[in-house]
Parts: sequence; structure tokens; C-alpha cells
Amino acid sequence: MALSKHFSHEFKFDFMGARGWFYAFAIVVVVGSIALVAFKGLNFGVDFRGGIVMEVKTNGPAELDEMRSDLNGLGLGAVTLQTFGDPDVVLISLASQGEEEGAQEQAIQQIRQTLGSRVVEYRRIESVGPKVGDELRTGGIIAAVLAMLGIAVYVWVRFDWSFGVAALIALMHDVIGTVGFYALVGYEFDLTTLAAVLTVAGYSINDTVVIYDRVREELRRYKKMPIPEVLNKAVNATLTRTFLTGVTTLLALFGLFLLGGEVLRGFSAGIIVGIVLGTFSSFGLAVPLLTFTHLRRRKEEEGAEKVVVPRGGKKA
Amino acid sequence: MVQLPLWQRVLILAVMALGLLYALPNAVPRSTLDSLPSWLPRSQVNLGLDLRGGSYLLLEVDIAALEAEQLKDLAATVRDVLRQARIGYANLGAREGAIGFSLRDASKAAEVATLLQDELSDDVTIEQTPSGEFRVAYTERYLEERRANVVVQAVEIVSRRVDETGTREASVQRQGDLRILLQVPGADPDELKRILGTVAKMTFRFVLTDADPAAPPAGSSVLEISGEEGQPSPGKLVVEDRIMVSGESLVDAQLGYQQNEPVVTFRFDGPGGKAFCDATSNNVGRLFAIVLDNKVISYPRIREPICGGSGNISGSFTQESASRLALLLRAGALPAPLKILEERTVGPGLGADSIEAGEQASIVGIILAMAFMTAAYGLFGAFACVALLANLILLLGMMTAIGATLTLPGIAGIALTLGMAVDANVLIYERMREEQRAGRSPLLAVDAGYKRALTTIIDSNLTTLIAGILLYQFGSGPIRGFAVTLSLGLVTSMFTAIMLSRWLILVWLKRRRRVALPI
Repeated sequence: MALSKHFSHEFKFDFMGARGWFYAFAIVVVVGSIALVAFKGLNFGVDFRGGIVMEVKTNGPAELDEMRSDLNGLGLGAVTLQTFGDPDVVLISLASQGEEEGAQEQAIQQIRQTLGSRVVEYRRIESVGPKVGDELRTGGIIAAVLAMLGIAVYVWVRFDWSFGVAALIALMHDVIGTVGFYALVGYEFDLTTLAAVLTVAGYSINDTVVIYDRVREELRRYKKMPIPEVLNKAVNATLTRTFLTGVTTLLALFGLFLLGGEVLRGFSAGIIVGIVLGTFSSFGLAVPLLTFTHLRRRKEEEGAEKVVVPRGGKKA
Repeated sequence: MVQLPLWQRVLILAVMALGLLYALPNAVPRSTLDSLPSWLPRSQVNLGLDLRGGSYLLLEVDIAALEAEQLKDLAATVRDVLRQARIGYANLGAREGAIGFSLRDASKAAEVATLLQDELSDDVTIEQTPSGEFRVAYTERYLEERRANVVVQAVEIVSRRVDETGTREASVQRQGDLRILLQVPGADPDELKRILGTVAKMTFRFVLTDADPAAPPAGSSVLEISGEEGQPSPGKLVVEDRIMVSGESLVDAQLGYQQNEPVVTFRFDGPGGKAFCDATSNNVGRLFAIVLDNKVISYPRIREPICGGSGNISGSFTQESASRLALLLRAGALPAPLKILEERTVGPGLGADSIEAGEQASIVGIILAMAFMTAAYGLFGAFACVALLANLILLLGMMTAIGATLTLPGIAGIALTLGMAVDANVLIYERMREEQRAGRSPLLAVDAGYKRALTTIIDSNLTTLIAGILLYQFGSGPIRGFAVTLSLGLVTSMFTAIMLSRWLILVWLKRRRRVALPI
């Protein structure tokens, strides 16, 4: 027996009535995230800060203290060590060794010599020069900004500029919140993590557009109904879908989080948090914000109850 | 409409069959695949270096070093010209990207300008400062052409060197103006760096035995003698700058043995052999130095003219270093040194672990998602699960067919695509429920459900697709691998949700004419 038989057909939550709370929550998320990033900072990975990361498998459980003091005695700047998943897997990271040619390679050689037979396998070595680190950071930011703008423009073209602006605000909330999450828990922020943030943007906009489609349809259907009520109807009508899709995606991601290994853990954790934020922002920000950006204003301009139906979309 | 039009049914079957055909080799061991007939698709999906293990190196051609070298050559040419014309000069040397010198006899300025212009043609500009100093510099155009050529050559030499090591499937790509991206699966990164870290410019030159290393005569240099690997240099030698024969004249080089010591045997091309023969014939008894990257590898005495066109280099070689030198000489010298900007190496152990973790995580994720869908929608949920599996097969088949690379973040992209694929079905089913509630018959509800959900599905997937394409365009490394699976997954999920699951539902409806949909 399908559970869907028991789903209510007609949710009647007053989302629009609670919008003050939603805004307050969103402001806390955004301000909190910005404060976290500004004061606690992001734990930039080797991609963005330059430097060296080595993942090594040791001969039996790692003697972290001994290795740490040996490697810090090499004069390569601060070397941090931590176990990575298993007690015999150690992650060694160093700051960038400067522009001088071959400095990074020499540092790697020195570490290898110092560790000697304590290490049985070099599982991963990543060495990024400071110049490339800067470039990757700039490239990553450009990709992220362009992706968000591209999305906003599509929504603008497909619906209306006001939808585009509201969607962009919701999108920024999700992205800033996800970045803030990384600052909060201190997971490494690197290219893979950036991909996670952009995934969140993709999912969130997907979610928003589904509700927007419904808003457009309801606006057309109920031309005389006050705007907040129409918006409420649209959110309620899509609520089951929001829930089902959200839960299914989260289930798939929990698989990654639990079993995907260390590299994917930070990645999937960010997406999970981001999807929760993105789901919230679709009904909590993207839809209520429409009352500011477009609908209310046009109504006043025209001095009538009539609402201009955004273009695009076939008549149902 | 109780049935899909015929062309749609054919299309669905054809797409699924193709997807399966391309996806299947991934489930079959390599050895079995090799024995299949060649008309069957036999390729498996490309695994990224993070999954299969290997090295990724971003190299940059060291233009500053190249241009310094060019200036040195220019200085040598200017010196030669002035000497041959017996014109006195002073302070000749490289300054601020040009060669500067002054004349002892200022009246010869015009003559010098003509001589130099004749010798060096349009590639240089010759100026005279008010104080009478000459400045000879390469033109910007010449330098730019040279730069472009150098990078092309460097790519060529890097590929040859990597090929010579016997590594299969290495990829060497030019990136931007001065960069080379090298991706080599399963290689030893240290050996790779040793091979690429050497310019391998070899020259044969005469040794000036009587010269004082503290004050080398003009036209000669003091060079270190290279010791055994990792050992300090055993001394210095004064060597003529003039080159007898250069390494470019070598046509072959191999590892060989002489009195049980590893040596590098080589052969000259015709002109090289002749030049070497002439030089050795006229200088029996002298020492000549074999110089590699400004270090003397060995300096044998010429006992008799060497005219056979071949020879060997003995030095303090191990078998390893001799075969490496032979490889470098065969592949040719790099036109300029390379700097390593970025290195990422994943050992085979981690790669295998990542594949295993990725597989497990995906399977668990899929099972959880399918269980949830079936619980939520019952039979229709099961239809969605069939569409989901078909989506995975199509995605894998498509990636294999177009040769896309699967990376670890790519696996995460697949997990996320699952969510998206399910979303389309959820949207459709919710519409059906609404239509049914509005009093429509099951058939009409199904039809309207698909029609009305379609705009939403396309809208929401296109926005994500835009993000995916931009990510691919502007992102690098892991971001790209992720963007590929995400974008392809969106396309395949739209197909399976809109076409395949609809067909299943229609077939089901036709078989048992129910009065209500089971959702």
C-alpha cells in the first residue's frame, strides 16, 4: 500500500504568515555565516592556499607525536599531522614553500627521507605552488559567481525579473549558509568542496523553480485572490513533492556521507546541510520575497486587484 | 491515448539498448573484453587519476631561463662578429634584456651597425645610446614567435619522453600560453619528475687543459664535472664555448655495457658524424668534454680519429641513470627548462579504496532512495525505481560512449542525479494525484499528469543544467568530473522519467483497467 494514499491532499499551512520568522532565520544564517568566515575563517585546502598535502599509510598505528616532532624539525614551517579515517593513515600538510623553483619537491623529498620505513605507502601527494593556488581560487570564484548569475538570468527570462531577483537572494542565502557551515565545522575548503557549494546552488534553484512554476499557474487561476494567499496555495500544493524529493536526495547523500570515504565526507556533509537550507529558502525566502519585488508593486501601480501574469509557460 | 505512439516506443527501446550495449563492458573483466569481436563496443568508462592512481603534473616552460640563454647566445654572436672584423670593444654583456657594449674606436660605429644587422637580420634591433653604448636586443615579434615555438616543441618532447618510458595512455596537453598539463596513469612520480626536470642539452666540446679555472680565457667556461648521483662534484674543468657537435645530431642512444660498466651508446646522423670525424682527426691527443646541461659527464682523450659515426659515453653511471640518459637523448632536448607548478599523485591503493567506497556508497544510496520511493508510491514507486536503474545504465553507457572521465566527485554527482531523477517522477505523480482528485479518470489523470509536470521538469532541470555547463567550462579538476556526471545525469533522467516510466504506467493501465490510480 502506497503511503501516498495517506498524504493529505490539501495542506493549509500559513507560510506567508510566518514569513517574518523565515526572514529572521535567514538573516541569522547569513550574518552568522559571514561572521564565522570573517572571524573563524575557512580551513582552506591545498588547492586554494598552495602547499603540500601527503596522505601516507604507516607501518602499524601511527606514532603521531614522534612523526610530528621529526617533521617539524626540518625547518619547512609548521607541519600539521592528523590521522585520516584509520589509525594507520596520516594526513600531513605543509604551507606553501615559496616561489623558489624546486622548493616544494625538495620539501617532499625531505619528508620522505625523514619518515623512511615508518611509511609503507604514499597514498596521495598533492603539491600546489602559490601561483596556481591563487589562480585556482580566482577560477573557482568566477565559476561560482557565473553559475549563480546564469541561473538567475534563466529564471528572469523564463519568469520575470522579480522572480529572478528573489531566486538570486534565496540562492545567495544557501551558498553563504553552506560556506558558513564549512567555517563552523572546520572541514577543509578546496575545489571539491566548492563543487559541493555549487551543487547546493543547483539543487536549491531546482526546488525554487518547481514552486515558482506553481506560483505562476495559481496566479493565472486565481486572479482576484490576494497575493499572499496565492503564494500560500502554491507552496502548500508543492509541499509533498518538496518533502519526497528532499528526503530521497538526502538518503542518497547519507550513503555517500557514511560510506564514501574521507574525501567525500566533507563534500557530502556540505551538500546535506545545503539541501536543507535550499529547501527552506525556496518556501521561506524565494516565494515570500515575491511580495516585495514584483507582485505588490505592480498591483499598486495599476491600482487594481489584477495581477500581471508573468510571461512564459503554457496555459494549463 | 492508451498507448505511446510507435516511434516513441521504438525510440525508448533503441536508446535503452544502446545504453546497455555501451554500459555492459564495464561489468565485464578486461581480459574477456579483449577476446570479443571488434564490432562490439569494448571500451570501459575512463577512470580519473583519483580513482585509478597516477600523476597529474602542471608544468610551465621557464621562459625567463630561455631568454637568458638566448641573450647569452646573442652575446656570443656579437663577440664573434666584432672579433672577425677586428674591432675593439669593451664591457660586452647582457643588461636589461639586451646586449650592451661600447667601442674603443667610436668612428667605427656605422660599420659595426651594418655588420651586426647583416649577421642578425631583422630579428634584432640595434641602437646606440647618446653616451655611445651599443644596445642589441631581439625584437618583440621574434621573441613572441620563439616563445610560441618553444611551447609547441616542449609539448612534443614531453610526450616523446613519457612515451619512451613505456607508459600507456599518458595525456599531454598544452594549457594556456606557457603551460603543459601532463596526466599519467599509474606512474612513479619521482621517475617522471626526474625525466622532465632535465633539459638534456648535450654538446661535445674541447677541454682547455692548460687554462686556469680562476681566470678562464674569453670564449670558454668553467664547468662542473658531474659526480655520481647525489654525490658532490669531483672538480671543475675549463671547456671551450665552441661546440664540436651538439646532441641534436644524435639519431639513437641506448644503454650498453663496456667492461661490465653501464654506458650510453649513440649514433650520429651524417653531418654530425662528419663533423665529429673532422674534429677528432685534427685534434688527436686532446681531451674533449661531453657536456650535459652545463655539467661535464666525461672527458675522454682522443686517441685516434673517430669516424665510425657512433660512440659511447662512459661516466659514473648506474644502469638506471645510463638508461635514463639514453632515453633523454633519444627523445631530444627540451627547448627550455620546465617548472612544476602543481603535482597531484594518487597511489593505486587509495584509488582502489576510493572506487570501493564510491561503489558501496552509491549502492546504499540507491537502495535507500528506491526503498523510500516504493514505500511512498507503491507500484508507481517501483516504476520510478525501474526508471532510476535505467537512468544509471544510460548514464554509464553515455559516459563510456563519449569517453567522459569518471572521478570521485563524479560519483557524488551520480548520487545527486538520483535525487533529480526521482524528482521528475515525484512531480508527475503529484500531478496525477491532483488530477485524479479533480475527478478525472485514471487514463486522463496520467496523461494530464505528464503534460502538466513537463514544463516544471524542463524548467527545473534546465536551470541546473546551466549551472553544470558553467561549472564544466570554468571549473578545473574535480569540479569538471562532477559537472560531467551531473549534466549527463540530468539529460538521461529527463529521458527516463518522461518517456520510460510513462510507458510502463500506460502498459500497466492497459492491462488492468483500474478505476483509480494506486497513488
